[in-house]
Amino acid sequence: MSDGTTDTNRSGGLGFAVVGAILLVVMPLLNLLPPEDSWFHLSDFSLNRFGKFLAFAILALGLDLIWGYTGILSLGQGVFFGLGAYCMGMHMMLTIGKESVYGSDMPDFMVWNQVKELPFFWKPFYSFPAAVIGALLVPMAFALVFGFFAFRSRIKGVYFAIITQALALAAWLVFNRNDTNLGGTNGLTDFKQVLGYRLSEPGTQRALYVITVLCLGASYLLCQWIIRSRAGRVLVAVRDSEKRVVFSGYTPANYKLFVFVVSAGLAGLAGLLYAPQVGIITPAQIGVLPSLEMVIWVAVGGRGSLAGAVIGAVSVNYGRSVLTNYFPELWPFMLGGLFVLVVLLFPDGMVGMIRKGKDLLTRRKAGEEKPIVPNQKVVVPEGKR
Amino acid sequence: MAEPSSFQNSIIYLDGVTVDYDGFKALNHLTFMVDYKELRVVIGPNGAGKTTLLDVICGKTKPAAGRVVFGQDKELTGKHADEIVKLGIGRKFQAPSIYGNLTVWENLDLSLKRSSKGVFPTLFGKSTAEERARIEENLETIGLKDYAHTRAGSLSHGQKQWLEIGMVILQDPSLLLVDEPVAGMTDKETEQTGQLLQSLAEKHAIIVIEHDMEFVRQIARIVTVLHEGTVICEGTVEKVQADARVREIYLGRQKVAH
Amino acid sequence: MVISLGRTLVALGIVGLLLLFEPSRAIAADGPVSAPPTASVEQALTQVASEDESIRQAAIRLLIEQGDAGLLPRLEAIRANASRSIRQAIKPLMDLLKNRAKLASPDSDVRRSAATDLGSSGNPSAIAWLDAAKVNESNKWVRYTIEESAALLRLASGDPSLKVAAAEKLGELRSGNAVPALKALVEAGAVAEATEQQKVLAKTADAAIDRIETWGDWANAIETIFRGISLSSILLIMSLGLAIVFGLMGVINMAHGELMMVGAYATFVTQQCFTAWFPPDVFDWYFPVALPVAFLAAAGSGFLLETTVIRFLYGRPLETMLATWGVSLVLMQAARVYFGDLTAVVAPGPLRGGAQVLVGVYLPYNRIFIIALSIVCVLGIYFALFKSNLGLRVRAVTQNRNMSACLGIPTRKVDSYTFAFGSGLAGIAGWALTMVGNVDPGLGQNYIVDAFMVVVTGGVGKLAGTIVASLGIGGLNKLIEPGLGAVYGKVLILVMVILFLQWRPSGLFAMKGRDAD
Repeated sequence: MSDGTTDTNRSGGLGFAVVGAILLVVMPLLNLLPPEDSWFHLSDFSLNRFGKFLAFAILALGLDLIWGYTGILSLGQGVFFGLGAYCMGMHMMLTIGKESVYGSDMPDFMVWNQVKELPFFWKPFYSFPAAVIGALLVPMAFALVFGFFAFRSRIKGVYFAIITQALALAAWLVFNRNDTNLGGTNGLTDFKQVLGYRLSEPGTQRALYVITVLCLGASYLLCQWIIRSRAGRVLVAVRDSEKRVVFSGYTPANYKLFVFVVSAGLAGLAGLLYAPQVGIITPAQIGVLPSLEMVIWVAVGGRGSLAGAVIGAVSVNYGRSVLTNYFPELWPFMLGGLFVLVVLLFPDGMVGMIRKGKDLLTRRKAGEEKPIVPNQKVVVPEGKR
Repeated sequence: MAEPSSFQNSIIYLDGVTVDYDGFKALNHLTFMVDYKELRVVIGPNGAGKTTLLDVICGKTKPAAGRVVFGQDKELTGKHADEIVKLGIGRKFQAPSIYGNLTVWENLDLSLKRSSKGVFPTLFGKSTAEERARIEENLETIGLKDYAHTRAGSLSHGQKQWLEIGMVILQDPSLLLVDEPVAGMTDKETEQTGQLLQSLAEKHAIIVIEHDMEFVRQIARIVTVLHEGTVICEGTVEKVQADARVREIYLGRQKVAH
Repeated sequence: MVISLGRTLVALGIVGLLLLFEPSRAIAADGPVSAPPTASVEQALTQVASEDESIRQAAIRLLIEQGDAGLLPRLEAIRANASRSIRQAIKPLMDLLKNRAKLASPDSDVRRSAATDLGSSGNPSAIAWLDAAKVNESNKWVRYTIEESAALLRLASGDPSLKVAAAEKLGELRSGNAVPALKALVEAGAVAEATEQQKVLAKTADAAIDRIETWGDWANAIETIFRGISLSSILLIMSLGLAIVFGLMGVINMAHGELMMVGAYATFVTQQCFTAWFPPDVFDWYFPVALPVAFLAAAGSGFLLETTVIRFLYGRPLETMLATWGVSLVLMQAARVYFGDLTAVVAPGPLRGGAQVLVGVYLPYNRIFIIALSIVCVLGIYFALFKSNLGLRVRAVTQNRNMSACLGIPTRKVDSYTFAFGSGLAGIAGWALTMVGNVDPGLGQNYIVDAFMVVVTGGVGKLAGTIVASLGIGGLNKLIEPGLGAVYGKVLILVMVILFLQWRPSGLFAMKGRDAD
């Protein structure tokens, strides 16, 4: 007898391979091979934009891990995303060199702000490996410290959500300042190259896209491995009954901290991949609003399902990019409406709907009525607890 | 052994414990002890402090005064619940507290006693054949063998109660705290639960809180009666039932026994 | 830090006392007597327009000594026909006379600004006028300014003993305006060739500066406290509704800020209606009328929100947060599309301006109004929750929903009304906020995170927690701000809240008991 892992392994593996092949091989080939006027041609712009969505999907995976599986709502994922993106952005700012507007070795905004010497925390970012490692480790370290204090004192539920939201606000304020030497409101931009490859070249963007797909695949497998391990089941257990987890001899705070740090690392990775593909990172990407929007990616796709997180991130962002293009005034209505709708009517998102449909079909085929699974959510106002 | 145990060979010893909820004394200078391998039943009217007693032992509630000693020399006062669990105290809650979104098997697997329950050992750990055998055996004991891969949330109320008992057993605690195990069970289930608890008492010390006097009579050797946070009587079921004060404040008023 | 805190507390007491015991009396002082012009005056009036510089100066001096404001129309006539240089020469004379006349104005503000102008004119003749005006002056702050101006003039005069006395007086008055002049005297006394007299004067001036500057610190401390209390009361008004809904129903309403915005726009619309349809002299009444309008608009929106969204999410606080955030986005965008970005409400007359309570301490009326309103709200909620029948039902439902239902309390209705009431409070907050800022779609967002922090820090379900937490967070904010700046102040407060929650995980006044988990 197995450990009780679900039997969707095989079909899941097949799906993973098919989607992986499409993303990794078919999409770049559609960009490369057909002539530009062909119906099958995927423009450089579209491929690049899709790469951005896939970077967001990596972040969504982390958010799903902590919110969907462990039941902890973090409204501060934008901060970790921003830390990753800024680490990479700082490296790319430094590689602009003499190509900058002022022709100085220093980033333009520092020349503008009359900063005479490169601040010490910029110096390590001359090195590419340091920037990559920083983009992962800085968010993780930050999450470790913040999470340690938050989880140690058993801040949970809405309290944790609010505290992380305050974190997002604070980070946004700090990044907006000029005296932190992070580019202020304008952020970091005008990147020219990564490792000597020109960012303006379609080839470079294509390579970045492929790297993003690979990172997404690796992140997916990592998350899947965590979830299928016993620790992953502890995470679900924490969501179901934290009290019982304590009385089974686990320390929930450590598990929460672990998943929080992993999700921060994934958000950092997303930021790392986002910066060179989009070419700009500003505080506007890391505040309260973007952090909340990240939650809706997962909610729309289906929390508690890794595939759902990816689907949600890509589809919501696609919808956003189309709608903001044609009806910029309507987008906030759509986004707000989507939030209410998903929470009220489709709590398990798109994946949940697909699953329900499938269940209905198989049940009809088998001709047997399974007992209806009672709703686990006990209605007790939080104020009573 | 009709007389209460002495301090020397008790597994748990509460000494003058007081719990104060904003002026309401849930426990008032309570002194209480249980022997090794003893099955103790605690009864008392609502608000007598029964659940608070368990909360204090397992570290969920911090007493305002007094101390709690486990196994003669392990001071529990001031320890966190997870540390206390690791010392060997298991608890079954009044409302079944299980992981509804995991299967029965996974529920039991998580509860199984292991050398380390830290994040990384749990992340990399694999079940051994011996561990699987123990879970199988446990499934047999709690009668959920056919439900091993059912989502625990879809079990019936009685089954959930048993699953939780099974989970606590797998922790292999030396002291089990059991809060109203037969609430909402059918007569047959109640009887089976009683047998289960009695067989468990051969290896573990157990404290059971119960309202159902039939059930108390079935399993109890020594009964402790709590009232307003203090012990007012302790002894065999017969002795307790004969006690005038008990009759007055509990049996007489609630008319549970005739 | 400790000293300044202590000082701050003492200052707070002083402000309180002064606010209590400062009756404002404004009685017009008797003006300078206008005697019929004598021959010398007549002569001077002709000489004033003389091309001869020295004759002109003498005439002006004489007229200033006379100080007869009744001559102003005639001077005006002379000036109208005179050459540019003469016009320039007569101007200071006329200003002096005008200001002297104004010292007798019935309006205390006019008297005060006249005294200030005379003080900075540097003309010693004005000393006598000021001294005369002082005798009949009943308004404390006008009298203060008269004394200050007279002392400033004496300080600039030639008589050394007068100068010393004036420096002492200015120190006694804690006159911030005198600091530059006093500093000049100190410097004059510090040079090697300074006379004995100059040294004595320098010493006196130095002591006076010391007094003034110490007082300046106090005044700063008082103003800091006031700003802190004012921010606290804004936070309090905002948090009250939020805390009630969270404490009683377990719902975190992310759209609370937008319900405030609804209240603010309701106030704005009321104002627009008054401008459009009512005569201007009743314009000020728009503000009290807007109070019920704002309350009902926000309560109605809240009621709608509860029936259509929140009631389906009871017991799932995180989902409620997300759904209400969606609602807040929609409301914000709706306001942006309909009203545009910038709309402002004009404060009604009585709330414009401010009150001086101490030397150098000036408290704006709109802030005082908000502080008072927050107190009224707290009292109102206290009575509504703890002294009324409805409040009893609300608390009963909070404690045991099923039992309440068995006792015949309509729990669904209680939920809706509680939520609507909390939302109405948001409307009142929005109404009040129009007095301190613009009405714009982002209004709710500005303070909402702070308000959440207040609720979290205060703990669930206790009014006292919300009050103490908003005082603490608002006060700290303003205490830190001067040193660290607003941004780092906010960051520091977040850190402090997190550290505080280490110590008290469920807030300041958490409920205790078996159910508390």
